[in-house]
Amino acid sequence: MEMTGAQTLVHFLQDEGVEHIWGYPGGAVLPIYDALDTDATTLNHILVRHEQAAVHAADGYARSTGKPGVVLVTSGPGATNAVTGIATAYMDSIPMVCITGQVPTGLIGLDAFQEIDTVGITRPIVKHNFLVKDVNDLADTLKKAFYLATTGRPGPVVVDIPKDVQNAKSNYVYPQEVDIRSYLPVTKGHSGQIKKAVEMMLSAKRPILYTGGGVILGDASEELTTLTRKLGFPINQTLMGLGAFPASDPQALGMLGMHGTYEANLAMHHSDVIIAIGARFDDRVTGNLEKFCPDAKIIHVDIDPASISKNVIVDIPIVGPVKQVLTEMIQVLDNTKQEKDEAALADWWKQIEEWRATNCLRYDTTGSKIKPQAAMQAVWKSTNGDAYVSSDVGQHQMYAAQYYPFDKPRRWINSGGLGTMGFGLPAAMGVQMAHPDATSICVTGEGSIQMNIQELSTCLQYGLPVKIICLNNGFLGMVRQWQEFFYERRYSMSYMESLPDFVKLAESYGHVGVRIEDPKTMQTQLDEVFSDKYKDRLVFVDILTDQQENVYPMIPAGAGLNEMILV
Amino acid sequence: MKHIISMLMENESGALSRVSGLFSARGYNIHALTVAPTEDETLSRLTLVTSGTEQEIEQIVKHLNRLIDVVKVLDLTEGAHIERELMLIKVAATGDMREEYKRLADIFRADIIDVTSTTYTIQMVGDSNKLDAFINILDSGLILETVRSGTMGILRGEKCLQLS
Ligand SMILES: Cc1ncc(C[n+]2csc(CCOP(=O)(O)OP(=O)(O)O)c2C)c(N)n1
Ligand SMILES: [Mg+2]
Repeated sequence: MEMTGAQTLVHFLQDEGVEHIWGYPGGAVLPIYDALDTDATTLNHILVRHEQAAVHAADGYARSTGKPGVVLVTSGPGATNAVTGIATAYMDSIPMVCITGQVPTGLIGLDAFQEIDTVGITRPIVKHNFLVKDVNDLADTLKKAFYLATTGRPGPVVVDIPKDVQNAKSNYVYPQEVDIRSYLPVTKGHSGQIKKAVEMMLSAKRPILYTGGGVILGDASEELTTLTRKLGFPINQTLMGLGAFPASDPQALGMLGMHGTYEANLAMHHSDVIIAIGARFDDRVTGNLEKFCPDAKIIHVDIDPASISKNVIVDIPIVGPVKQVLTEMIQVLDNTKQEKDEAALADWWKQIEEWRATNCLRYDTTGSKIKPQAAMQAVWKSTNGDAYVSSDVGQHQMYAAQYYPFDKPRRWINSGGLGTMGFGLPAAMGVQMAHPDATSICVTGEGSIQMNIQELSTCLQYGLPVKIICLNNGFLGMVRQWQEFFYERRYSMSYMESLPDFVKLAESYGHVGVRIEDPKTMQTQLDEVFSDKYKDRLVFVDILTDQQENVYPMIPAGAGLNEMILV
Repeated sequence: MKHIISMLMENESGALSRVSGLFSARGYNIHALTVAPTEDETLSRLTLVTSGTEQEIEQIVKHLNRLIDVVKVLDLTEGAHIERELMLIKVAATGDMREEYKRLADIFRADIIDVTSTTYTIQMVGDSNKLDAFINILDSGLILETVRSGTMGILRGEKCLQLS
């Protein structure tokens, strides 16, 4: 059918099955906004209040569904505002397609009004990007963009469309096929390597499964759970991997890394075989590489060859989709005659239980102030541990990860790689759009929430009943904690002065505000927030917490996993 | 150790900056880089010289492979290969030196390709060591300008870097 580039975009997105697109209009995308008005039937556009939030919202949608998030912003400042969001998605390998408007092709390079080299600016933070110069290439390019974003190791793809291309006409046919000769994502792990890996696992005396966000991105939770239970090995999870294996299972040792549990970090440190699955040996996990797991042989399953032996040299690399590789591992395991070293494993578990008995997540519950840990536990109780929890960045993020254990994948939505303050609220909006009937929580701090607070307005417009849990400690708490430990308590610029009254602020945006100051009433107040009474309302819960509380355990930068500070 | 990495990439604007951007972003060094179209107009051939530990080179190759515009990558240094570089060098040539340069050019199998009453421009092809050696024997005070193409390379024998 003959249509403009702008119409082609709208029709393509619908044919591709896209439900929601988050965006903000401007000069260089006016033809697209017009086509949304005239041509969109199934595609729903959500008008945010800042482009960064559009990207985070699409990101939250993607993380909670596995489907690509889609964004539309204008050229120049629209694109630059989106950059933080794109980088956030890139660092966590989130499937996303971001459409940016561009000045007409004839003006490119002339410093035109709102011209910016979007492809150049975003190059290091995307899986790939395109500048579409001819309307006849538009549909194919969009198809490539979705294919790249969602296959292999997922990631954001930017498609920059000049205004004249949006206006130019061509014949639109939805491209069924896509061919990129240089891009052949691996679809199957090497069977020989998988066999060798299983042999190594079974001969282990002190094995540990170390699993990350790749399991969730690869939809391999079920396979991971089956394999882990068959093996009977302890399993720890990265910040990005929480929920891929049920936290309530006794085999789960919790999160590892800088603020991981004592048992997870020590089991990792003392292991003789590490089975790394969809995890990338990030510095927040390994601590000091020279002290990292001195006795361990390493098996590493990952879709991205470049993740393997990047930080830590691996003994058995397996490149492939986690789901397929785990499925094959389970088959090999079912058919092997090789026995596990049960005696050694029993000793290993005994040791682990001793570590676990230190109860490293305990905290002081006697004071009159609300402990942030207690707040997260109370939220868990009020929601039966079954909410979608999107987090901002700081101490509250770690408390949420530690004290709101997840039994299901895609429930824990956080910016692990980039650590972007301001992520939480828009991400929770995206989650709520994807799961209208579910409880979508944003856990935040009084610092982070102010980085995208304008989205309270978007939530009102679209009736998104997000529950905001603000652990208000009056400090950029994570910064304060580092200053306390490493800068002799010089709290330079970490005190949050002149805070707004968040309850009134929420009310002025048309929402409900609740303040919780008393540990004794906290649970009942939270129960009410999550009751049917507020099912359809956004509630901003401002919880005044102990200002001095720190996140423990902690591995100081430069230390090994066995050099944790407990309480 | 020095490695010569050769690749075929999409002949598109922006492809080169993806490669060079990768090197700067990840802190890998590039000693030399050359790029030009091939007989297949959709492809260009890029050769770069870098150095690093085995592990670094392995990462470089993996990351290059990850770039969507890069179609094929080969570390030429892994096998038998030929490397060549072209140099143009302009020298002050007066008096006795005019004869001396001719002799040197003969020994190095270089050509004098431009002559004025006070200068010679010499063209020379070889591996980088040979070009270095030539520069080293010249009196540096007499060198007016040098231009080097950067190393390019090709596999020995029947093997090729091509689309399969
Ligand atoms: C955009 C951005 N700027 C700065 C930082 C550095 N940073 C990390 S945590 C933090 C403090 C967050 O304060 P708050 O949201 O109140 O959370 P708290 O740590 O107090 O729970 C800061 C400034 C960041 N992660 N992101
Ligand atoms: Mg705070």
